[in-house]
Amino acid sequence: MLKIYLNTAELIPDGVAKALKNFLYLPFFRSFTPYSESGSDVFKRLPDFFSKPRIRGGVHAEQHKAATATQAIVTNFPLPKKLYIPLQQHVGKPAEPLIKVGDKVLKGQLLAYSQGMISAPVHAPTSGIIVDVNDYPAPHPSALPIRMIVLETDGKDKWLATKPVADPFLLTAEDISLRVGAAGIVGLGGATFPTAVKLNMGRENQIDTLIINGAECEPYLSCDDRLMQERAEQIIDGVRLMLHGMEAESAVVAIEDNKPQAYLAMQKAAEPYPLIKVIQIPTRYPMGWDRQLIRYVTGKEVPVGCRSSEIGVTIHNVGTAHAVHKAIRYGQPLVSRVVTVSGGAVARPMNVEVPLGTLLSELFDFCQVNPEQTARIIMGGPMMGDSLPHTGLPTVKATSGILALTLGELKNTDEQPCIRCASCISVCPAGLRPLDMANNIRINQLDIAVDLGLKDCISCGCCSYICPSNIPLVQYFKYASGEVAARQQAQHKSGQTKRLIDDRNLRMERIARQQHEEELARIAAKAERERLKAAQEATT
Amino acid sequence: MYVLSAIISLTLLGLVLGFLLGIAAKYLKVESSPIVDELESLLPGSQCGQCGFPGCRPAAEALVAGKAASTICPPGGSALAEQIAALLGLELDLSAVKEPELLVARVSEATCTGCTRCFKVCPTDAIVGAPKQIHVVVADACIGCKKCIEVCPTECLQMHPIDVTLRNWRWTKPALPVASNAVC
Repeated sequence: MLKIYLNTAELIPDGVAKALKNFLYLPFFRSFTPYSESGSDVFKRLPDFFSKPRIRGGVHAEQHKAATATQAIVTNFPLPKKLYIPLQQHVGKPAEPLIKVGDKVLKGQLLAYSQGMISAPVHAPTSGIIVDVNDYPAPHPSALPIRMIVLETDGKDKWLATKPVADPFLLTAEDISLRVGAAGIVGLGGATFPTAVKLNMGRENQIDTLIINGAECEPYLSCDDRLMQERAEQIIDGVRLMLHGMEAESAVVAIEDNKPQAYLAMQKAAEPYPLIKVIQIPTRYPMGWDRQLIRYVTGKEVPVGCRSSEIGVTIHNVGTAHAVHKAIRYGQPLVSRVVTVSGGAVARPMNVEVPLGTLLSELFDFCQVNPEQTARIIMGGPMMGDSLPHTGLPTVKATSGILALTLGELKNTDEQPCIRCASCISVCPAGLRPLDMANNIRINQLDIAVDLGLKDCISCGCCSYICPSNIPLVQYFKYASGEVAARQQAQHKSGQTKRLIDDRNLRMERIARQQHEEELARIAAKAERERLKAAQEATT
Repeated sequence: MYVLSAIISLTLLGLVLGFLLGIAAKYLKVESSPIVDELESLLPGSQCGQCGFPGCRPAAEALVAGKAASTICPPGGSALAEQIAALLGLELDLSAVKEPELLVARVSEATCTGCTRCFKVCPTDAIVGAPKQIHVVVADACIGCKKCIEVCPTECLQMHPIDVTLRNWRWTKPALPVASNAVC
């Protein structure tokens, strides 16, 4: 099926190809064999027609990748004067700084250590002097302040002496996790979950398959694509190290079929290792969603409320694999990443390797972004990324792309009434009913929305993208999720309040009782004294 | 003879059962309506009086009597309103209810004399301080009952909205489309 559509797509014009593509993905036809070698054998593929479809929902968004995917990663980004390094660039507890203002640091030096089970340390992206540890605007839609370390660079970019490991495969699996954790590596696909925790979970659950996510299904972004094309060997080495760290058997690298060069490069690099399989997957957003990818590659469905490691699968991004390679082989912590800078307002769109903490404004100067044309700045991809209010915000570990979009690239927001076309239901990868959920949220019936599966919504944006009435469905779900969380917090607070009041009342009673007892004792003592006095007087 | 035995047995039966009922009334006494108790346990219990009743129990009694709406408790917010409505089986329309903005007390360091009056009245021990030391309010524990405001001799305690941080920042609800679209 895959081959047929690839061939036809080359011969026929764009519009027809798109229609055909959509037709091929219709429920009845969409049961692909994920990586069958015998494409012509119809009978072998026949059972697939009756099996469950491996891809659910999704959309074909305009790609917009060509501008950046055809150029090599730019590595000569001029070192900024100041870097703003947030202490929380990951899921979990923020890191705790262990440097003082005025300290001189070298590149790769530990600036803040991880605290708690789920956390990650932060390292110096270059050498220089710490000038401030304070609150600065966070790369978040609200741009509210969070704690950051401000590093004034000295331009030398001098590394801390690192100890390369001679043969990392002689290290124990636990040691690999420890080193990955100490290097501050988090999931670089955007979820920023600490990688070491994931490796440990994989080992504890004895997973059998490691999936390496090279889907990069978001439009515009091409940083993973370029990374796979240019640094395939390092990525494959990282994958082998991860397999070693999780004591897992085999790995599957899944790459969307709109990146043929990345696929070829990765396949070449993986050739000597039969345990690592590189496969192509159909191009369809959100193919890179972990559950969608797991379902497609393994045929297994991750149950609601479970982690993928519980069904024997763990998923990591290609960028993470590359960071693991650098951390284990060379002892280099995660201090830079490849960022896609693209969009209609960018004169020089590119993939560029930047030190973490670089302000967007510096990145935009380097890529010659036209501020007059920029209608919206987005961190991440256009489907799931967050829109940022200004450019005075730093890049972080989660920043896979920065987009400066023109007005013409934005979706029409002229909202019309819902016509109940159910397009949103057919594109929802989580199998929800977005229109019903949104209607209930509109009248504040959040409980019903939760019953309809609000908590399983991944905010992928497919429903908003496809909606012919331009209803901001995802915004409703984001609002409702926040509101549900706020209510849970309020409930928690009222529980705590009750506990505080009860404790206080008990204490007050105890104090009153003690005072009463003291009073009684005082009276008794006084009576005793008087009795003794009287007795003394009687004797004299 | 038969008549006499019937009278005696019935009298005895009556006496025994009456005695048992008397004991049951004494030892298995239901002190108040269980629904009021249940409601009271839902309410914050800080006796703050923001609902207009002298405390949480009178408010619970008014709710049971149908004299108060389920959205009566400002510190509880809509989460509590939903719980009350579910317990009493009331229809709840939250679309008209505006989420009350919770204010918390804050000490202004410039005017605090460290008189300790405020932390003595705080029902949740949210104020930390010592004699002749500047006091401070733990915002997470403050329920906005304003009792400390009333006793402060220097008016150094003031109500402020809760600071928005990344921890409690939320997406806003999308605005409804303009009314002209709905005309059809």
